[in-house]
Amino acid sequence: MLCVLVPLQQSLGMEEKFDCIIIGAGPAGSAAAITLAQGGADVVVLEKGESPGSKNLFGGILFTTVLNKLIPNFLESAPIERHILRRKFGFIFGENETTLELRSEKFNCPPFNNTFTVLRSQFDKWFAAEAEKAGAQMFSGITVDNFIEKNGATVGIKSKGGDELFADVVINTEGANSLLAERAGMRKLMTPHNRVLTVKEILKLPKETIEDRFSVERDEGASVEYYGGAVKGMKGSAFIYTNKESISIGIGCTMDEMIEKNSGPNGILEHFKELPTISNYIKGGELLEYSTHMIPEDGYNNLPKLYKSGLLMAGDSAALINPSLYHEGTNLAMASGVCAGKTILEAKKRKDFSEKSLSQYQRKMEESFVLKDMKHFRKFLSFITNNRQFIDDYPKIFMEMLVDYFTISEMPKKAVRKAIIKKFLKNVNLLRLLYGMWRSKGALV
Amino acid sequence: MNNKKRISIEDKLFTVTRKIDTESHIKVNQEKFKKDPNPAILYICPSKVYVKNEETGECIVNFENCLECGSCQVACRDYVVWDNPRGGTGVIFKYG
Repeated sequence: MLCVLVPLQQSLGMEEKFDCIIIGAGPAGSAAAITLAQGGADVVVLEKGESPGSKNLFGGILFTTVLNKLIPNFLESAPIERHILRRKFGFIFGENETTLELRSEKFNCPPFNNTFTVLRSQFDKWFAAEAEKAGAQMFSGITVDNFIEKNGATVGIKSKGGDELFADVVINTEGANSLLAERAGMRKLMTPHNRVLTVKEILKLPKETIEDRFSVERDEGASVEYYGGAVKGMKGSAFIYTNKESISIGIGCTMDEMIEKNSGPNGILEHFKELPTISNYIKGGELLEYSTHMIPEDGYNNLPKLYKSGLLMAGDSAALINPSLYHEGTNLAMASGVCAGKTILEAKKRKDFSEKSLSQYQRKMEESFVLKDMKHFRKFLSFITNNRQFIDDYPKIFMEMLVDYFTISEMPKKAVRKAIIKKFLKNVNLLRLLYGMWRSKGALV
Repeated sequence: MNNKKRISIEDKLFTVTRKIDTESHIKVNQEKFKKDPNPAILYICPSKVYVKNEETGECIVNFENCLECGSCQVACRDYVVWDNPRGGTGVIFKYG
């Protein structure tokens, strides 16, 4: 299918210089490629996988506000699994579990709240094909090893096979394991403090079984996310998302805590799967694929450099993640790809690819929801780190109160209530709770 | 509480299509590895790439098991160098 063995330069024509080289055919790369190709630029995408999508994965939910604008009729051809109608958030501690569930008919008609489950290997392949249709050249099986620099400007790339390729601008969308960005000094080193490690399984289940267990029908889907004891009390969450004929189940926790607790990701996933509620959801599921991935949670205050002369960074490699309850990554990636593409089209008109000219990318990003949301949630992770009681003690105590309240006995209800309040005041420092809640306002929601 | 047997990592890895390269994309500095009293790569790696040889104290690197998350290098930068496998090799996720 692809010319891995043919020297790249030869297959593309010697001495050819592109308007833009994009590293990685993920959501950011393909979104940038579509934007550039539609704008008439000569753009090539280099993908290290055997084909686009073959090394890409995420938990399972794609937000499509950006995709909607790029490819307005995407629902007709994109490999979408289900739209998310039911959203469930829960805490599990020991024997107790409590969940909040949201279902709205508003989410059950176009544009379906722009929230869909997809399988990334299939979706990214489709998205890359759309970029090709728009006029971008797509080359798979090519791993980029380094940028080529000249007088402080990035002027091209060098592949692992030794091929060199040149362009006015390179967009790095290599993903969460940002080796190129590190090598080029565009970001600080990746550390266990700024990386979440996830593992996931795709379990095959009959369509009817999924629909029965998750109370959905036709193309409707459910998202189930658990915190607390579900991930052994660690900073992170566990999830189940419904696909058409499979479910995605996984966990993601910060690496520093895994190391602190000597706890590997697979063990946490197995623990989650064995919880009674969860084992009922997944009973009989046949494992189709096991996978793992990192999530960059550097946060707004530690973002990598987004641009320099001849180089832009987008998607996970630029650590564009909204770490709050939204768990939003791919949509931010696409938005950044579009911003990068537009920036280059404008720079091309000016024939100026200097750092100053490309700084328009930063401005575009700051004006878009990407950096606005990341700025808004910039304290999310540090708040949770410094206020563990919000994911630990408080939900635990709240659940115990509910259990006490609903435990049937012959104790007069008034006495039950009194005992609960007494226990609550004994366990919770009210002042600390109120102060924490006041502070959480700016960090969590 | 739960008597069900967990599915092993080896069985999980069977589900992932991989095109194995002839050479490893991972390097471990054995001397530094031996000096680490509790090497995180032995439990952080989701696909059991790293196993300690109890006799020699060295780290066995089953690079063909690698699912390419890159967490090993992030966890143990002192002695793990992880690089992208050569173009077209390594994992080929069918679902992702």
